[in-house]
This record gives sequence, C-alpha cells and structure tokens, in this order.
Amino acid sequence: MRLELRGITKTFGSVAANSAIDLTVEPGEIHCLLGENGAGKSTLMNILYGLLTPDSGQIVVDGEAREFKSPRDAIAAGIGMVHQHFMLVPVFTVTENLVLGNEEARGGLAGWLDRRKARQDVVDVSERYGLPVDPDALVEDLPVGVQQRVEIVKALMRDAEVLILDEPTAVLTPQETEELFTVMRGLKAAGKSVVFITHKLNEVRAVADRITVIRRGKVVGSAEPTATARELASLMVGRDVRLVVEKGPARPGEVALRVRGLSVVDDRGQVAVDDVSFDLYAGEVLGIAGVQGNGQTELVEAITGLRPATGTAELFGRPLVGTSPRKVLRQGVGHVPEDRQHDGLVPDFSIAENLALDLHDEPPFGGLWKLDLDAIAQNGAERLAEFDIRAESALTPAGALSGGNQQKVVVARALQRDPNLLIAAQPTRGVDVGAMEFIHKRIIEQRDAGKPVLIVSTELDEITALADRIAVMYRGKIVGIVPADTSNEELGLLMAGGGVEDEQAPVEATDAVQAAEESSETTDE
Amino acid sequence: MSSRLKRILVGISTANTVTVTVLAFVIAVVIGGILMILSDQKLLHEWGYVFQVPGDAFKDSWHKVSGGYTAMFKGAIYDPDNPQAFRPIENTIVNATPLAFAGLAVAVPFRSGLFNIGGQSQIIIGAVCATWVGFTISAPMPLHILLVIIAGIIGGAAVGGLIGLLKARFGAHEVISSIMLNNIALGVLAWLISTKTFHDPNRHDAISKPVKDSALLPHIHGSSPEMNLSTVLAILAVAAVWWLLSRSSLGFRLRALGSNPEAANTAGISVSRNQVYAMLIAGGLMGLVAVTQISGTLSASHAMTNTLDNGIGFTGITVALLGRAKPVGVALAALLFGALNAGGRVMEATTQPTVPHDVVTVLQAIIVVFVAAPMLVQEIFRLRDVRRDGSAAVTSVAPATVVDSATEAL
Repeated sequence: MRLELRGITKTFGSVAANSAIDLTVEPGEIHCLLGENGAGKSTLMNILYGLLTPDSGQIVVDGEAREFKSPRDAIAAGIGMVHQHFMLVPVFTVTENLVLGNEEARGGLAGWLDRRKARQDVVDVSERYGLPVDPDALVEDLPVGVQQRVEIVKALMRDAEVLILDEPTAVLTPQETEELFTVMRGLKAAGKSVVFITHKLNEVRAVADRITVIRRGKVVGSAEPTATARELASLMVGRDVRLVVEKGPARPGEVALRVRGLSVVDDRGQVAVDDVSFDLYAGEVLGIAGVQGNGQTELVEAITGLRPATGTAELFGRPLVGTSPRKVLRQGVGHVPEDRQHDGLVPDFSIAENLALDLHDEPPFGGLWKLDLDAIAQNGAERLAEFDIRAESALTPAGALSGGNQQKVVVARALQRDPNLLIAAQPTRGVDVGAMEFIHKRIIEQRDAGKPVLIVSTELDEITALADRIAVMYRGKIVGIVPADTSNEELGLLMAGGGVEDEQAPVEATDAVQAAEESSETTDE
Repeated sequence: MSSRLKRILVGISTANTVTVTVLAFVIAVVIGGILMILSDQKLLHEWGYVFQVPGDAFKDSWHKVSGGYTAMFKGAIYDPDNPQAFRPIENTIVNATPLAFAGLAVAVPFRSGLFNIGGQSQIIIGAVCATWVGFTISAPMPLHILLVIIAGIIGGAAVGGLIGLLKARFGAHEVISSIMLNNIALGVLAWLISTKTFHDPNRHDAISKPVKDSALLPHIHGSSPEMNLSTVLAILAVAAVWWLLSRSSLGFRLRALGSNPEAANTAGISVSRNQVYAMLIAGGLMGLVAVTQISGTLSASHAMTNTLDNGIGFTGITVALLGRAKPVGVALAALLFGALNAGGRVMEATTQPTVPHDVVTVLQAIIVVFVAAPMLVQEIFRLRDVRRDGSAAVTSVAPATVVDSATEAL
C-alpha cells in the first residue's frame, strides 16, 4: 500500500503544529520520521491515525483521497499504530487483548467468543511475521518489549499494511531494541511499510530506508541512512550540534560519597541491591551502567533516602542512608529522578513552583510559614531562559510541557542549588539532541567545579560520553568498575553478567572496590 | 463589535468554570420548575386536557413555577413586602456560615489528595468538647465563648488528626476509617447524652444540658437576631485558608502532594506528616461547625441532640465540589446553598398549594451533578473547548489525546 500525506496543516491556537507537510510512504519500506520533541511528529501521526482532523491537506491511500474521522476509519484503510504508551488491558491474556474490540467478528450468534479460534489466529499471525508471543500469558506479567510485540501483533491482526511506531525504543533495553529492529526488517520483507518515529540518530541510521526530518512543524529535508549522525542532528536541530561531550581529564579529589555494603529490598521483597560498595570522588563522574532493572533504581533511591536500606552511604562523612529524602536534600544533594512524570514533577504546578519544590521553605523562596512568590517567579523566569525551557512563561503548568522540556525543568531544579553531590538518573531520557548537548555540558561543568557526580543511565553511549569511571550493575551487584575507555563490547559483556556466577560475586565486589581505587590512582597521575 | 466585547463573548461561550456553574444552575432551575408542576395534582389534571384548552395548563403552570421561585427569592435575598427588606439575605448568610466551614474542611484535604468524608464524626466530637466546656466552666462572656470555640476546634481536630494518623502510620484508607469513625461517634454521642455528666435532668428526651448564656456566640450588627460572631469567623476562615493554600509553605506542600505525592516525596516533602496536618486543619474547621450548632442562634436548645450534625459534614462535600475546592469558590457555593435553604423554607411556608422544601434538595443535587459533569453542560449548550495555553482556565473537558497533541505542538 502506498500512502501519501499532502499539505497537512494543523494549528492549535496560534501554534502551527504541522504546516503543509508532504510525506510519501512506499510499500515495503521503513520510513523514519526524525525530529526533536515537540517538532510535530506525533501530531502528524495522530492525524494519519484519525485521532485529529487536519485543518487542511489530504491523506491519499493508493491514489485515492481518504478522510479519517476516527481510528476506526484508519484501521479499515490498513493503518496500524503502536503508541508510546501501550493500549493493553494488563489483567487480560494476550489473546483476550488481541480480540478486544474485534470480538464481534469472532463471536457466534449470541456473541459467544470462540477462544480456541482466537488463540489460533494469534499463533498464526505471530508465526507468520516471526513475532513470538505466548497467547495465554497475562499482559501484566510480560516485559515491556514483549508487550510492544503484542501491540504490533494486534495491528497486524487487523490487516495493517502501514504500521506507525511512535517512539518505540524509548522504553526498550538495547537488546530489546535490536529485536524490534529484526521484527521491523521482517515486516518490510513481508511487504508492509513501517513509519518509525524517533529522535535517536543511531537507530535511524541502523534501520531506516528513507528519513524525513521535521522541525517546528515543517519538513526540513530528507536524508539517506548513510548520512552521518552529525548531519542528521544538524538537520533536526537547525544548527551545528556537537555529539561528543567535550571534556578534559578529571581531577578527582577526596572521597565524597562512600558506599559500603549497601543492600536494598525492592517493592516485591526481592533483594534489588546486594552488598554494593564503591567510592565516588569529588571532581569525577561515576557512571552506573546496566540493563534496566538490575538494581540501579533502588540504589539511587537508597542513597537519596527514598528507600530503606542496610549498609552505609556517607557524603563527606555524614550518613545518607536511613535518613529521609528531606535530610539528604538538605545536605546539598541534587537529584534528577529517573521518571520525571512519576517522581519529578507536580503537573498542576507551574514551572516556577516546580523549580522551587525542594527548596520552597528555604530562603529565598520561603520560610517556615510563608512563601516568597516574587522570588519563586523571578527564579522561574531566570531558569526558563538559562535552560531554554520552551514555554509561554514560567507560569505555564509543568504538565502542559513536552517531555523534553519537562526534563529540562527537573535538571534545572537539581543544578540550580549548586549541589555538592549530583545524582542524575537517566538525565536525558526523552530529550532531543540539542537539549542533550546542553544537559551534558552542564553535568561536566559540575565535575569541573570539583563536585562529585553520579550518573545512572541505560544508554551506554551516554555513560561512555560522560563518565570518568564506569560501574556496571548486574542483578543488584556491581560486577566491575572500569575506566571510561573500556570498549562497548567489554561493557556489554559485563552488563549481561559476563559469566559471573553468583558464588563468585562477593569476590567480584571486592575486586570492584580495588578497581575503583586503582583507577582513581591512575586518573590522579 | 468592539474587540473587547468580542473577547468577553468568546470568554462566556467557552466552557470555563464560571460559565459551566452558571449554566448548571440554569438547568437545575428548569428541572426544579418541572418538578413543581409534577408535584401538583391540579396542574397534572390540566395538562391531561392540554390539547383541548392549552391556556389553563400553561397559565397555571407558569403561575405555579414563578410563584415558587418568587417565594424562594423573597425568602433568600430580598423581600419588598417585609419591613426589614434585607432580612432574607441575612438568613441566607446565617444558613451559609456552617456550610462555609464544612466546605473548607473538605476542600483543604481534597487539595492535599485526601477525601474528608468524616465530617460527621469531627462535628460530633467537636460538639461534645464545646458543650462540655459550655456548661461546666464559668467564665466571663468573651473568655467563655473563646474557650468554647477552642474546645470545638480541638475536638474536631483530634478526630481529623486521628484519621490522618491512621493513614500516615498504618496506611488505613481515610474514607474507610472516616465512615467507621462516623458510626463510632454517633454511638458515643448517644451514650454520652444518656450519662449523668451530660444529660439534662430537666428533660426526659435525649438531650444534653444546655450551655450557659456566656457560651453563646455574640450577636453582631444586623436586623436578624440570628447573625452572630460565627459569620465573622467564617469570613476569617475563608481568608485564612486562601492564604494557607496560595501563600504559605505548608499550603505549597499540601497542594504538591495533592497533585503528585511521589514527586513531593522525592523533593523531600514528607507525605505522611503533611497528610496529618491537612486532616488536623480539616477537623478544626469541622469543629467550628460544631460550635455554630451548639452556641449558634439557629440552634433552639443550645445543647447536644442525636442529630446535632444535621448532615452538614456531608453537605460540605457538595459545597467543596461546587466551589472547586477553592476558598472563594467554597464561600460562594456556601452562599448559594444557604440561599436555597433559606428560600426553600419560605417557599414551603408561603406557597399554596405547598411547594415542598424537597425541591430545594433536588435543585442542589442537580447543580452538583452538572458541575461534576462539565462535559454534559458543554454538550447541551455547545460551548467551545477551553484552549490549553496556560493563560486560559484549564478544565478537563478536552479529550486527552487532543490535549496531548496540543501539548506536543507547543
């Protein structure tokens, strides 16, 4: 199926989200839609999927102009969409989810559901396109990557010829991303087209046949997958972007954060962090690498006082573990939580109020009783300018911002207090290239000012770009602390467990501490 | 048309909070009128032959409905036939006063992410404390009533604080523990009234000793003898809660945990401690309701009965909802409900045949239903969506997907 968008325009109030966008998706191609957060990619795809009506412009399917009033029309025309946030019922099985909304087609006269046939359909589709899913598994028990696969199967079961994937890799581990790419290539081989929305340059180059770049609601160009990341970034941001973080060698000072024998239990009662010890020096960036869910989240929560733990973590000799988040923050810790929506922002609060959230009862923002609204507003306006937060004003509710701008607010809050320890988990998640460059620069500035910085990221590129030393976490343990110039293959091996058996782990942990001391010595020289 | 006028018209025809509330009121008045017609046998009979003689049914129905609402207006706002023409509006204010306290007592926890359905128990225990201080202690007039007020606040706050503590320490959901405490408080009240300490020996029914005259809320200026100090306290409470929520650091914490408790916690704001504070404040405000019920001039006996709470704890929920949990909104909603109550009573007494006071209850319910369902009002009157650009009032009327993409576009 050949899909064309002609002159699509959509304005919200005075803002043109899409202006005169032309886009052609040929059958059997992976077409990449590349653009920053808020560039208008999602608006365009919501128009294509019938969720929004364009102000003007046409959608042409196989040479015939079509009008989509609802997703139903789009699905009937052979368009399938996998949203960033999955539209699945967690307590239903895979099969039940897949027939949901389609069940009347399978029911008998009395609306009886033919489970066996439904199950067989699921198995057929998943085998035909090489998308292994267990039809009887409950969706809530499945990892995110598999849930996404269920979404793709759902679209295929409704005979989608064009599949829209909205930022599909944002929630995936590197391995899951690779698997997704394999699936996409398989779909292409089966003659389907894939529209792949992203702002990650490496992914585009890995998988796309054609690339269309959107900036501020307009198509600013197309590119071949052979284009360099830098060329793509410049096209996307509209100026020259440096993808490599420029930084000199670290000048580590005294031990700032000393963690010894830290163990943490997660919400399900499982040991998430298992006897972890490491030192973080003033003036260095320690990156914690690892596949999502290997205890990084709980480690940060323990150090920031959000989760009870055993063992110790001391900042310049003063204990952090076993206090409260408030006391940890009062010691001057700046914390960028990994999930900005869940733990970072108060959506109903303005940007200015969010920036004052952790300091609202300290001068200049307020005291024991009173807030200083003027100081809060003034600080909001200043940070808005400093961090290039794109919003009408600092009084805009944080919930109304795009993801990247929300992240800038959270990062600005942690940095504005001039922290004597910066802990940033996924500091650039969902942030476009331009903002990423800026945030990375600010993190390195902290380091160069002699501050200790702890970075947790599942993006290996980010870790290697920022960190002076890299600690790799696997199943709650630090399986190694290695210098920053360690190859990705070696890191990947460590992240996957690297043949470390559980019995050997205590030895590894002591090795890790030794490695830390050794590497600090080497950087001292 | 001047651009300014146009802007005002666009503003009105947009589904903002004020427009939706006003239109909800209009719908309620229309439905209330229909109910008045339906409650009258003679009119129903006339509507039976409406196609033969349409004049009767329409004319009499009009008289019925306009008569009912006129009586209500005269009872609630202004009565030209009364020598004290402003007496009705004073009645409205007197009726609105306890509702304002109760509405605030629901609004503060609501903004903090808690639902205070325990007004009944807070009022009852507040009343027990206030009454006890009122009939045991002997003190000169200004001191005595001050002690009564403080006792009422402490009693209410103790129950509110207990609910908060149960949630903070043991994770007991506040709605469940509140409902249980309501029942416990009712039982405790019934028992206390029967004890020697509380029961009035001169009476055979279930009533406590009355408080002393020095424990009554003093009358303030106005033609109505029922206007008393509690109205001044209510105005102060509205101002205090406004200051608390918009200017104080405690209010900042409360609003933060009402909107996203996880983010508040991550930013070092203790969720459990501040939840207790919210419930303490709420209980204290409910305690002031208790003081108006015991020491107020609306109360004939100035003593505790088994029905002393009068359902005000629950009405407070609707007042807070109608006032969108904002202090000034709560004050206006309390005035509206106070007017409907005052007017309803006069309507029932003066119309012939009687229009029952129940119409007022239905009116209140319909207003709240439509305010709670802004989408419905928007659909009925074909209002435009509010643009989500930070400057316009943000309502939840726009479908989420549209909002999301608009946000993405910005």
